[in-house]
This record gives sequence, structure tokens and C-alpha cells, in this order.
Amino acid sequence: MTRLVAIFGLMLWLSGCAGVQNALGGDGSEGARFVDLFTFFTIICTIMYLLIVGALLFALSRRRRAAHTVEGRRHHQTSAVVKPVLVGWLALVVVGLTVLTVASFFTDRSNAADARNPALLVKVTANQWWWDVEYSPGDPSKTVRTANEIHLPVGVPVHVRLNSNDVIHSFWVPNLAGKQDLIPGRTTDTYLLARKVGLYRGQCAEFCGVQHTRMALDITVESKADFQRWYAAQLKPAAAPATPLELAGYRYVTTRECSVCHNISGTPAGGQVAPDLSHFASRRSIAAGTLPMGKGNLYGWVADPQSQKPGSHMPTVGLEPDELHSVVAYLERLK
Amino acid sequence: MALALLALSGCDREERLTRGKPLPETVPASAAAHSRPLDPRAAAYEGNAPAIAQGQQLYAWMNCAGCHSHGGGGMGPALMDDKWLYGGRIDQIAASIKEGRPRGMPAWQGRLTEQQMWQLAAYVRSLSGQVRKDAVSARADEMSNTPPMTQTRREPIEKEAVTP
Repeated sequence: MTRLVAIFGLMLWLSGCAGVQNALGGDGSEGARFVDLFTFFTIICTIMYLLIVGALLFALSRRRRAAHTVEGRRHHQTSAVVKPVLVGWLALVVVGLTVLTVASFFTDRSNAADARNPALLVKVTANQWWWDVEYSPGDPSKTVRTANEIHLPVGVPVHVRLNSNDVIHSFWVPNLAGKQDLIPGRTTDTYLLARKVGLYRGQCAEFCGVQHTRMALDITVESKADFQRWYAAQLKPAAAPATPLELAGYRYVTTRECSVCHNISGTPAGGQVAPDLSHFASRRSIAAGTLPMGKGNLYGWVADPQSQKPGSHMPTVGLEPDELHSVVAYLERLK
Repeated sequence: MALALLALSGCDREERLTRGKPLPETVPASAAAHSRPLDPRAAAYEGNAPAIAQGQQLYAWMNCAGCHSHGGGGMGPALMDDKWLYGGRIDQIAASIKEGRPRGMPAWQGRLTEQQMWQLAAYVRSLSGQVRKDAVSARADEMSNTPPMTQTRREPIEKEAVTP
């Protein structure tokens, strides 16, 4: 009964993993290999477990023989079956462990093979509590800087270079690959090879402070053509304000508090310590997955970030209503 | 159990202000600033660990170190000594940050929020050891400028550069 409850609980718990954030999704090359390895391990271990339980049940059900007691002086005479069974069991354990070791070795090698010829370099820098993402950081004419989202072309091996600006974080896109820590002052690496087009969710997997929960990453895996289109759009400077309201917002954003921390390409706003806003409105979420992108959430976030994500480094500026209207109008223009 | 609860209740040392109060304006410092009563907001920031830590990050982000170095001064005056050109009280430091000062100190009004300027002032106070030791961060934010000895990369010496 207890086991039934436990299994039910486990199933209920695992059902929460379905979809965009699923460690058993196998939507990436590494993820798929790990799912295969996990299944293989589970099968082998289940067989061994059943054998042990079977032997135990058999031993329990056997009648205790009086002649086999110590007093009977014949305890050294074991049944002829026992020895070959024990030797067989030992051989099974040795072979089983060897097979598992070899299987994990080859999984590891195939993952390393993916990493040999990466076609794209993405630099991901973790901050409390958002992700700074930079494509082709070596070449200024091709550098795209965005935040809290990664677009990946399907079937292309991608080298992700990881850094941290403050504390230890961990980069984890469960559907695609395993975790990798981001350590301040060090560079670590991971490789992603997405196999299926889709929307996934990444998450910081190392407790990093009060808003660790709200440090998510939107992953978009798309066809190569779609990726090129997105990349070309991101390379362009930010959209110019089109209406008087947007112009007022542009003036506020590029000269006041916002511009000290945020960068908007092609404008005087050149801060480097907060998410790049050049194409902010094209993203799926606000503040590292805290809120879905939308007018209402944008108003709420700009007016009072500290009620949405207390402790976040985005301060409550205290905008007047007309300033708020214009800032939101301008931000929505930044597609 | 009761003892542990009692001990843990001691951990709630101060409140973490996440929102701050954008208004009212900082009182401008003047020649008579020393005789002015202390700004009532000082109590919320002076010696407040989260405010000092936040100020420490802002100090790096706003590149204060560009002129003041990490407290030792350079192009700008040192912040870790006992000399204060425009007053060393937390409200006077906040006013200097807000209004700027002659010969290079920019005014941060309209660039940082009031709360951020007060947090910076709280951190600047800690540079000269004005606050309790248990409120300041145990480590500096700036990176050491050399990698660990075990990780130093070997740089090949070019042949022509070697003198016999």
C-alpha cells in the first residue's frame, strides 16, 4: 500500500516535468543520449533488483531444515546447487557493471564528438537574476546581444561559453542537455545540439539568491532559415520612435535612469550592467521569465519592479503616469 | 528546540528595503551642512548590510573606481581616509553623489534613484570603516588581477627576445 502511494506520488511529481522543461524530453542530442542511457540503466537495474527479490522470496519460502542447524554438525554440507548459483551471480554482477560502465563511457564520448566542430558560439553570462546572451562575441559587426532568450538553429552544434558576474549559477536546459555551472572569474563550456524545433525553458539550477526561482531562459529552436531571419533582425539597430508618445518615451529612456544600466543599440542609452533592450519587445517574457511579454505586464514591471521581483536590481524609479505611458509605448516599439 | 528558535530569532537583524522611497528630495548640502540635523533617511541606510552590499555593486557598475579606485583614490579623492571635502556624513555623501562636485564629480540626479544614491553612500561610509564590521561584505567585488598560480598559462618566450 505504502509503495503504491509512493509510486503514485512519484508519477504525480514526474508529470510536472512534461513539455517545455523536461529532463526526459530528449530534444537535444546530449539529452537524447542521456535518456537512452537512463533507460538502459533502469532496465538493467530492474532486472537485477527482480533477481535479488526473487532469490530473497525463495529463501524465505524454503522450509528450515533441522539437519542444517549448527547443532546437527552437518552445516558445512551445503546443497550442490548453491555454489554454481553464487558463481553465476558473481559473473552476472561483473558483466552487468562492465556493460553499464562501457555504455556510459560511449555516451560520454559521443557527447564529446558533438563538441568537436561547433558552428556557432554563444556567450552566456549569468547575473543575479538574469542571463546575458551574446552571439559571435569576437566580431563586432556580427555581434548580437540579447537577454534571457537563446535562439538556436536546429541540428547545428552550438558552443555555449559560460561566465558569471556575481555568484555561482548553473545553466540548465533540461530538454537539450545536462547542467553546467557558471563560476565568477572562470570560463566554463557546454555544447547544445537541438534535434527538434520547439520552445523550451531553461532555468538556473544552482541557488543564487532571493530571486533564483525567477531566473529562467526562453529557448527557441527553429529552422536555419528562421534563425537567420531572427539574427538579421537582431543585428539591426533599435527601432526609432514613430509617434510623439514614443518620442517622449525615447527621450526619457535614453537620458534618465534607464540608460545608466540598459543598452539600446543606435541610441545614447549605453549602459552595460542590465539586459540589452535593443529588441526587447520581440522576446517572450519580461525579467527572465517572471512575466509573459504584454502591455499590462510591461506597465506593471516598469512602474514597480520590486513588487514583481523583490530584490531584483531593477529599482523602482517612481515614474509619473505620463512618463510611464511614454516609456511603455517606446519599449513596445523595440521589436 | 526553544533555544535554537531563540538563537535564530537573532538572525533577523535588519529589514531589507527592496523598494526604497523615491521622494522626498535630498536636502542640498551647503556651507552650513555640518550644523544641519541628520537626514531622517540616514537611519535606514547607515550600517544596513543589504544597502551596503547593493551600494558595493553600484560602485562597480557605475565605475566609481574609474576615479576613486577601490577607495584609495586616483583622479578623484580617496574615500578610505579621514578627509572629507564636502562632509563625510551619510546624507552629505548622498548629496555629493546627487548634485556632483566641482572638478569632475558628475551629478547622478536623474541617473540613479534616490535609493541607489543612498545605498552608494552607505557603501562609501564603509570604505573608511565607519560602519559595523558585521554589516560589510567579507570580500571585495573586484577580481584579483592574476589567475591562481596553478592556472597560469604558459607564455612561450620568443627566441629573438632571449638575451644570452
